[in-house]
Amino acid sequence: MMLGFNWLAGCNPSPVAVKGMPETWSGINAFLKIGENGLVTIMSPNPEIGQNVKTSMPMIVAEELDVDWKDVIVEQAGLDTQNFTRQLAGGSQSIRRGWQSLRMAGATARRMLLEAAAKRLNVPVGELTTDAGVIKHEPSGQTLGYGDVASDAAYVSVPKDVQLKDPKDFKIIGSDRKNVDAPKIVRGEPLFGLDYHKEDMLIAMIEHAPAFGMKLKSLDTTEAKALPGIKDVITINAAPEGFDPQWSDVNAFPEKVVVVGRSTWEVMKAKKALRIEWEVGTRLESSADHVLGMSQLLRDAKVEPSRKDGDPDAAFQNAATVIERTYSAPFLAHNTMEPMNFFADVKTESAELVGPIQTPEYLRTSVSRLLGLPEEKISIQMTRMGGGFGRRLYGNFGVEAALISQTIRAPVKLVYTREDDMTQGTYRPAYRVTYRAALNESNELIGFHVRGTGVHGSPVFANRFPAGTVDNYLAENITFESNISTGAWRAPRSNFIAGAEQSFLDEVAEAAGKDPIAFRLELFDRAITDPVGEDNDYDAARYAGVLELVREKADWGAEMPGVHRGVSAYYSHNTYVAQVVDLVLENNQPKVRKVWCAVDCGIVINPDGARNQIEGGIVDGIGHAMYSALSFENGKPDQNNFNRYRLIRNPEAPKEIEIHFVDNGIDPTGLGEPSLPPISAAVANAVAQATGKRLYEQPFISNETVFELREVTG
Amino acid sequence: MSIFHLTVNGKPHQVDVVSDTPMLWVLREHLNLVGAKYGCGIAQCGACTIHLDGVAVRSCSVPVSSVGNRAVTTIEGLSPDASHPLQEAWLEHDVPQCGYCQTGQIMNAAALLRKNPNPSDDEIERGMQGNLCRCGTYIRIRAAIKTAAANMG
Repeated sequence: MMLGFNWLAGCNPSPVAVKGMPETWSGINAFLKIGENGLVTIMSPNPEIGQNVKTSMPMIVAEELDVDWKDVIVEQAGLDTQNFTRQLAGGSQSIRRGWQSLRMAGATARRMLLEAAAKRLNVPVGELTTDAGVIKHEPSGQTLGYGDVASDAAYVSVPKDVQLKDPKDFKIIGSDRKNVDAPKIVRGEPLFGLDYHKEDMLIAMIEHAPAFGMKLKSLDTTEAKALPGIKDVITINAAPEGFDPQWSDVNAFPEKVVVVGRSTWEVMKAKKALRIEWEVGTRLESSADHVLGMSQLLRDAKVEPSRKDGDPDAAFQNAATVIERTYSAPFLAHNTMEPMNFFADVKTESAELVGPIQTPEYLRTSVSRLLGLPEEKISIQMTRMGGGFGRRLYGNFGVEAALISQTIRAPVKLVYTREDDMTQGTYRPAYRVTYRAALNESNELIGFHVRGTGVHGSPVFANRFPAGTVDNYLAENITFESNISTGAWRAPRSNFIAGAEQSFLDEVAEAAGKDPIAFRLELFDRAITDPVGEDNDYDAARYAGVLELVREKADWGAEMPGVHRGVSAYYSHNTYVAQVVDLVLENNQPKVRKVWCAVDCGIVINPDGARNQIEGGIVDGIGHAMYSALSFENGKPDQNNFNRYRLIRNPEAPKEIEIHFVDNGIDPTGLGEPSLPPISAAVANAVAQATGKRLYEQPFISNETVFELREVTG
Repeated sequence: MSIFHLTVNGKPHQVDVVSDTPMLWVLREHLNLVGAKYGCGIAQCGACTIHLDGVAVRSCSVPVSSVGNRAVTTIEGLSPDASHPLQEAWLEHDVPQCGYCQTGQIMNAAALLRKNPNPSDDEIERGMQGNLCRCGTYIRIRAAIKTAAANMG
């Protein structure tokens, strides 16, 4: 008997509350098991970072299984490379890459249930139909629940060819289904890595060098070790000589001092009692060095073109008008609300790891290499993650937890403070890009040149729009080297270049005397009717489609006194997005009142969940473009917590976001990232309409606001 | 180490901790109440919000020794059965993405509605500005608070 939670109308009561927990479960395949009472447990294979795949992926299985969503329990699968592929949260690819296998898992199970039912009823399988977990034999009027035949179905040989549903028959896909973990979230139940607890577990915290380019010189642990609750102070090295790192091992501070104790607060205090001397290992860089260095590269570096069409030099020489603009953006920290943490219990011959990780398979490989344990002896359970945004692709904290547990021979939970987290790197790179456009006397775009640089890599995608729309095109990528570690940050590269490109095209349209949407559509027309080159990395018709949809829905061109509008569109992570921003001036400060957003992600699995992702990407994108920056002085980050690092706050978010999906029945693509990249340009373009001022440097509002530390608010 | 007597969610508790231990860690590690989250440790993000005598405070910056006999309420005790109108509104609007900040958001909103049962849009926005959400769910948070306020009225 379950406690009777008071669920609101419209929110389904939990399946177990209604039907009770089954006495036996029959495993049909790795994705699902069915109880004798008809309840279905669907495993969610991919890591959940807030992108809501724990709801949407099981929805796809449930659809093809043809079960009532009310009868579904969702469980997070652990790392299981025997049964699942690509258990990774990244690139907005979970739905796109999982679509076929999830459908097949549900459809295959349904077929096995039908075959078991056919045998039981002694009728041809072709005469059976299903509806919401019930198998019907129309000619005789007999019915069987899935639970009635589940134990038989488990022994049916796995069918090779199964029929998938016609999308027009979808009942679950395309309907709003609430986040399956939301009831636990609003009750504050343990879900996250930081909430994980195991008997006799110790707490570990780290201290890393205060500046990029510094390393450990000497360590005096006497005072820290003497403090109450402290078990040990050790050092670990996650990149020993001979270690073969993977891409996911990037970390600027492999050598760390570790304090281990019985409680977080005691360990935090002991961290402050460490007497550590650091010394300069490589160079100590400052933000001014990055700006200067990248500017010099853009001006002087000779590189092979990433793409060249036609004769760009001639186009610029013959142009009636040349426009050149440079855009820049600073480093950004990921700042997941849940700081990095991981649990590890390493024994002589095995290891158990639990925590928030976007790349569990890579983590297992790194731990195996460092600890000298075979991969099959390492288990990884994924907790719900308090945000990912790319930071948890790089599992150094999981590796560190394992190293600590191995060294101290005890189960341990490694916890980063916010300061540890924010100052450790794997940042969104600082970027700088220069655009040039050539217009002829008829104000047609005859030449286009983009030349970009960034820390550890340029943000320019050579084959993206407007490549394919201009006869004379040149894209150049230059890498700026630094000892500051960078990595994927929500919509890598796109998160900057979309805003730069779409701001620039807005200015080009203005120079050409054309409406900004009409100007872009003209370019897409060219890409549709007579594309330049063959490697264009977009579908021009779908790109134009979202622009046309947002133009219609926002009633672009309508007179709106006091409202200034900007438009932007971008294709990334296989999804097309176009946005219009309605901006007003409040006390002479720009304020985004409303965002209109058109999205083409093909079939929408869970519309309300999809809208939530799109809204979040827009708010996140506005916030980082307007307010956020991580800067350096002699290798040391100037910001180490939210008193100096500005994130967007509630009053700064738009009043309203209105979202429209293109309904085209194409196989689905992801939504965790694509709404973020274009929004900074839609804002900048609206600001230009409101003030006449074009914005070239992020953050748009300089980071001067320092919040006062306060204990009591509310 | 000192012994402190606390009333948390209506029940008496006794903890033996150093006196400057923040309530956040007392709750999470000594009382097994993990609904209040660690986010920044300096009262800037609001993820650790709890109530002292109905007033929202950032538990990361409230030492256990300063609590005295004030009633401590956490998300686990906001309602006996997760039926607080805010918890219900949060589900109705399907607010959470990652969900990590949401218990702090709800606790802050509960204190806001206690002081101001019918807040304007501006009052909601300003009242919630101390609670960060990196996922960007602010618009749904506002809508859920309005729904809860209407249902409480």
